[in-house]
Amino acid sequence: MITQNVVWTIALAGMGLIALGFMHVIRQAGKPADETAVRKAAHTSNVLRRWLFGALLVIFVGGVYATLHRFPIAPQHAPLDIQQVVDVTGQQWSWQITPSTVHAGSPVEFRVTSKDVNHGFAIYAPDGRIAAQTQAMPGFTNKLVHTFTQPGTYRVMCLEYCGLGHAPMTSEFTVVAASGD
Amino acid sequence: MAALTMYPENERLAGDSRVAFNLYVISAIALFVLMMLLGLTMRMGQATWLSVPPDLFYRLLSMHGAGMVGTAALATTAVMWFFLRKYVHLHLWAFVTNYVMFMLGALCIIFAIFIDGYGALWTFLYPLPVHGMGLWSANAAALFMLGYLLLGVGMLVFYLDAAAAIIKVHGNLGRALGLQWLFGGTIDPDHPKTVVASTMVIIANVLGILAGAVVLVMSLVNIFYPEMALNALLAKTLIYWFGHMYINATIYMGVIAVYELLPRYSGRPYPITRPFLWSWALSTLFVIIVFPHHLLMDFAVPRWFAVTGQVVSYSAGFPVFLVTMYGALTNIYRSNMRWTMPSRLMILSMFGWAAGIWPAILDGTIRINLMMHNTQWVPGHFHFYLLLGVLPMVLALMFHVIGQRGDAPPNTAADRLGFPIYLIGGLVFVLAFLDAGHLSVARRMATHLPEWTGTDKVGSIGAMLVVLAMLYFAVRITVGLLKAPARGTADDGTANTAG
Repeated sequence: MITQNVVWTIALAGMGLIALGFMHVIRQAGKPADETAVRKAAHTSNVLRRWLFGALLVIFVGGVYATLHRFPIAPQHAPLDIQQVVDVTGQQWSWQITPSTVHAGSPVEFRVTSKDVNHGFAIYAPDGRIAAQTQAMPGFTNKLVHTFTQPGTYRVMCLEYCGLGHAPMTSEFTVVAASGD
Repeated sequence: MAALTMYPENERLAGDSRVAFNLYVISAIALFVLMMLLGLTMRMGQATWLSVPPDLFYRLLSMHGAGMVGTAALATTAVMWFFLRKYVHLHLWAFVTNYVMFMLGALCIIFAIFIDGYGALWTFLYPLPVHGMGLWSANAAALFMLGYLLLGVGMLVFYLDAAAAIIKVHGNLGRALGLQWLFGGTIDPDHPKTVVASTMVIIANVLGILAGAVVLVMSLVNIFYPEMALNALLAKTLIYWFGHMYINATIYMGVIAVYELLPRYSGRPYPITRPFLWSWALSTLFVIIVFPHHLLMDFAVPRWFAVTGQVVSYSAGFPVFLVTMYGALTNIYRSNMRWTMPSRLMILSMFGWAAGIWPAILDGTIRINLMMHNTQWVPGHFHFYLLLGVLPMVLALMFHVIGQRGDAPPNTAADRLGFPIYLIGGLVFVLAFLDAGHLSVARRMATHLPEWTGTDKVGSIGAMLVVLAMLYFAVRITVGLLKAPARGTADDGTANTAG
């Protein structure tokens, strides 16, 4: 399951529902209503608002729990017990990635920093989608932990605008099959 | 509660007020068109339909970003001023000072970009402004920042004048926000929604502008004394605190037009309620503390900071969906509405805001931000609620005003054609961005991979339609504003009769 496709589906569904609600009201807006109809509509509106509040509350609580109960970013201020460590340094306009080969199936800790300005360290999977990213900021080292499931050549692109050579600031590294596979 | 009158006497624009308002509106609409043309040029460059060299692209991007944000602020300030002056005494000199400072600041920014080559974008993210690598000089960056400072000072003058005027009438900003009625008591039905919204904007955006001023001064010191290096994370935090509140303030200033005008076009009162007051009180807090969602990929920030960004992003949806959008829809439901340009634009603005906030909230989720940050998903959602939310709010007021000055209501055949072109073009444009984000297309890149150009081409077509409609709106509004009022009295026309 590609995360981006799920997000896109949720976005389209949400925007579509909002559009349907607007279309319904717009169609009704041109119709007149007498006092009784106005009172009835106001009552229905209040009931619907409560349901909408309830639905939003469920989405809120469910969304927060589902996405945060396991925090998606590795601890930054304690040593991580990870065997594969890759040092990444960005500078206008190139990447230094050491080592440039890692194994699939076990976590990789990318220690990402910058020598000059802010860069964005984005890992593009062989299918062209972003697998993970973090910022490369001068004076800071961000630890990005990711476990690759597919061997292949992964492209690195800069996702934080960093000047004239921003777009061509790319690199690559290789993910090989897990040891023993 | 005040009776619903289409053109009340206390909104009459005469003499210097009219000149000042026309200056704001005509400048803003001309700038919107120009900035859109820059945007179209960039999209066509990405689509490989135009050859746009990278150095030019990043200058255009810097101009487009700073220009659009500034122009949105200029236009929505005119909206706030237009309505707020009915309830409190605003000094015209403060309103004009903001305009003059804006123009001086804009000149600095234009000069810095097109003469000195500045290309570090509207976000001037430290330390990029001093790392032009030959594309621009430190002096260009300093001039750009000076331009921002001038804009900020002008806006502060306007806000402080408005704050003083509000306090004079309501005692303090808390009472103006209606905090005294949050937990009980009889709400004064004549307490103006405009005062509530304006107070919120003043509180939030004064903080934002001050944060911006601090980081601008810090950056200027660094430009001239490079040995005084800044903490990049602190600078980024201040920049996004400023930037987020500054652009969000445009929505909250713009929506005043909807609160004021919608009931006149629906013919149905739009009373102030306790949920409304809760909504604005909470929005004041949310807009001040939601900015950490811009730093979710800066893992060095404390965990609670990132969590705040996500949770507050989610929370910010409640007031928008439950009060603003829902209230507007309830107001027009079976109201015998006759559609004219102002009413169409107001409902479009509600849709643009509500629908646009949805992908924004998704992107505020840390887990999703890991995939979507700095892809075209981001311009997708902010163009959604700026192009289809804020701009229609502003246009609604403009069409409303020219409706009084023309012989007929703003609902000509050309208007009726222009509106769907704008709507369809806008939707195609923003959905192309969002689709590109879902395909991991990076934002802010002069050149795109061949597989990315499909959405660029679709987006360019949408942008062309938007520009076409906007060109028509610009001419229509400018000509309309320069006409003398066609009717004898200011309050001609009663609610829901303009159609």
